[in-house]
Amino acid sequence: MSAFIGDWHALLILLVAGVIPNDIWRMLGLWFGGGIDEGSELLVWVRVVATAILAGVIAEILVRPPGALAGVSGWLRYASVAIGFVVFLISRRSTFAGVICGEIVMLVGQWWLG
Amino acid sequence: MSLPPLDSPQWHSSVRAFAWGLRSITATVLTLVLFATYLGIGALAHDTHFSMAWALAGTAFVWAGPAQIILISTLSSGASIVQAAIAVTVSAIRLFPMVVSVLPMMRMPKTRRRHLILVAHLIAVTLWVESFRFLPHVPRERRIAFVQGLGIGLVCVCLTATTIGYVLAASLSQTFAAAILMMTPLAFLFSTARNCRELADGVALVLGLLLFPIVAMLNTGADILISGVLAGSMAYGVHRWRAHA
Repeated sequence: MSAFIGDWHALLILLVAGVIPNDIWRMLGLWFGGGIDEGSELLVWVRVVATAILAGVIAEILVRPPGALAGVSGWLRYASVAIGFVVFLISRRSTFAGVICGEIVMLVGQWWLG
Repeated sequence: MSLPPLDSPQWHSSVRAFAWGLRSITATVLTLVLFATYLGIGALAHDTHFSMAWALAGTAFVWAGPAQIILISTLSSGASIVQAAIAVTVSAIRLFPMVVSVLPMMRMPKTRRRHLILVAHLIAVTLWVESFRFLPHVPRERRIAFVQGLGIGLVCVCLTATTIGYVLAASLSQTFAAAILMMTPLAFLFSTARNCRELADGVALVLGLLLFPIVAMLNTGADILISGVLAGSMAYGVHRWRAHA
């Protein structure tokens, strides 16, 4: 059971650094939602910065891979994203098709090298 | 699956409306994408040494994929709690306009704010998109119950996926564990690319990908935040330039 829960300190950090800073925006939306213009310039900036932060996280997983992913060579990680992206585009933006093809490229590549 | 007509007796009870919301998770391909994403999040939490309860609590109470992977990757790469909280909160600002735009579809003259707290918590990109698709087919007085059913259904799918991803990362061969971890960048890259509304969104995505490895060489501890604000502000410049051109 203790392995399941881990340490309470980490759960406290989850609350302080994860749950509160995330949910606060939903609750602000609930409280002050009436008077904000959805197309305002500030919200455009927020939207593109949030997109770029997420892109940074994606890049971090590819460039500094965690755990088992570190065992896959760099070029294979990039190739699987690149080919997945091409499939995503030609399948008229199907997220699912892109993910499946990216995964297949990585698995076949590992098996080939392996 | 199609919903009953607006005047059907099926809509007379809130419990039924909740059940229709729950069933509607089978009517969208986004459920599969969410499942794949949360397999990756479970595996990522395992490989960065968080407990399973931590991963599950994150899925239920943060309930935002980007915020969860930002939290996991910043904390595990040695960022401070404050830096992690800032990165999470910046990623979460996008939830504000989503909540603001979707709640008017559910409000009635007698609706109180506390009736909408759970719905507000459940709103993330998937529920936001699906609300616009489903709600016109749900009578207004049953929409809160319907969205609660849909949202809670999606949370349950993702709790299951988190558990499976976590367990698989611990027990699978290196190759398959790597394949599950690879779900996260693939699913997020493509679902973000899909949501791009204008040129500036695409520019933000591409610049964010390219700038991060460069900023990471500085090893500031806040690499994601710095590259995100830089790339995002440049993309905003593109938006302004296009607006004036």
